Amino acid sequence: MSNVLELVNVRKSFDTEVVLNNLSLSVPEHTATVLIGASGSGKSTLLRCINLLETIDDGQIFLDGREISDPLINVDEIRRNLGMVFQSFNLFPHKTVLENITLSPIKVHGKSKDEANTHAIALLKRFDLSDKADQYPDRLSGGQQQRVAIIRSLAVNPRLLLLDEVTSALDPVLVNEVLSSVRDLKLDGMTMVLATHEMGFATQVADEVCFLESGSIVERGTPEQVLKNPVNPKTQEFLKRVHQAGRL
Amino acid sequence: MSEKQSSAWSPSPRELERRRSRRAISRKQAIIAAASSIFVLGTLSIILVTSPGWEIFKATFFDLGYGVEIFPTVIKGLWINLQLTFIGGAAIGVIALGLALMRTTKSPALTPFRFLATAYVDIFRGAPLILIILLVGFGVPALGLSGIPSNVIFLGTVAVVLTYSAYVAEVIRSGILSIHPSQRAAARSLGLTSGQTMRFVVLPQAIRRVVPPLLNDFVSLLKDTGLVSILGVTDAVRAAQINASRTFNYTPYVVAAILFLLITIPMTRYTDRAIRQRTNAQNSEGAI
Repeated sequence: MSNVLELVNVRKSFDTEVVLNNLSLSVPEHTATVLIGASGSGKSTLLRCINLLETIDDGQIFLDGREISDPLINVDEIRRNLGMVFQSFNLFPHKTVLENITLSPIKVHGKSKDEANTHAIALLKRFDLSDKADQYPDRLSGGQQQRVAIIRSLAVNPRLLLLDEVTSALDPVLVNEVLSSVRDLKLDGMTMVLATHEMGFATQVADEVCFLESGSIVERGTPEQVLKNPVNPKTQEFLKRVHQAGRL
Repeated sequence: MSEKQSSAWSPSPRELERRRSRRAISRKQAIIAAASSIFVLGTLSIILVTSPGWEIFKATFFDLGYGVEIFPTVIKGLWINLQLTFIGGAAIGVIALGLALMRTTKSPALTPFRFLATAYVDIFRGAPLILIILLVGFGVPALGLSGIPSNVIFLGTVAVVLTYSAYVAEVIRSGILSIHPSQRAAARSLGLTSGQTMRFVVLPQAIRRVVPPLLNDFVSLLKDTGLVSILGVTDAVRAAQINASRTFNYTPYVVAAILFLLITIPMTRYTDRAIRQRTNAQNSEGAI
């Protein structure tokens, strides 16, 4: 099993604040790596660095063995193979659901409109959203919008899917519909890196759980190890607080 | 009153009392508004009609017979204004979009263009339109360059286009800058290049957002085309002026003003409605 994604000693700082500190991570094919940790621990920044939305200060990032942290690389070409889903959905409000999904397949991947539409409609059907194809995003509930955003990132058959706290902006009922969509992707064998605050969900989908604190992975392992029997005091403290907040 | 909407519910005595109070309040407000309007407008018209110069004023500004007589010349002039507005408007749209894109680009190859666009906007937004019209209208022919037409309508249009492109470029640029960076992040993460992101994601939203101020500029443009009359173009303003100076009757100016209003007011109303309809289709919570 080869690693789709490999991070080696990645460092990232904003001005004087170090956000990622000497961070290393391997994501084998068909596995899901879940990043947990308090707000500000560097989860989102890590995902944005992988997607080359941020430039790292040091270290290396490899996608399928190819170094993508090389400044000479064509970022647009790399991003074609990466899907990203954002906390705030970031759908294009001036485009219908179908247009949102087919934009990249048509303009970036050079598919015909018919081909892209057929694929998009099949995906919408699978996620139970076929009746929303011609709606504008603002007419949809938050959960529906987020599922459309997931479909949008899937429509280009990404090598790796990055999910950045995809349920944080949703109420508990909507959280479930989005999470079950992500679980389906996992069953399909999609390689994923997720940042989440949903510990129950992390237990279900994660092959590896990484607990981030101040830009470093302080504990990693299977969900059973990290979430049920953490050894690091910081992890224990974090999980205790999550438990008190009723989110475990 | 539709108090029997649901068979299970009828308003409580308290609610009925509240409705009575609300009706009493709105009745009182309507009476106050009416009384105030009658008093203010009545006073103004009495002052106007009883003023010693009223008859002369009426004869000089609202001479119906004279108005009908000069109407064809003014409307012919207005046709020039309209042509200038639409041809100039198209040119302004293209140039302004180019300037706005140049000013927002980060591409290193376009750095000199970014400076030039900024300088252009500074100069033409800062100088009075009438000066630009005079400079272009009288200055360019004085250069004696071959190949540039010395037609005053052409030169007047060029002057207006030069100035308005600077205004409109700034409006479009502000629209581009108002689009949240997360939209760009989403587009770029889908593999779109920065050019594609601008074209398919940022610009369509930006232009939609600046339609109201652009319409404002369009109405201003129509009015400001009247300024080319100083070059001797016989537009509606100039036609009215010629007639007025011949007879010392100012009805032609009023005719010209009414004609301009007949175009600008419906234009504003229509665009307001179009914006509202599109906004409603896309957003459940009002404007983007």
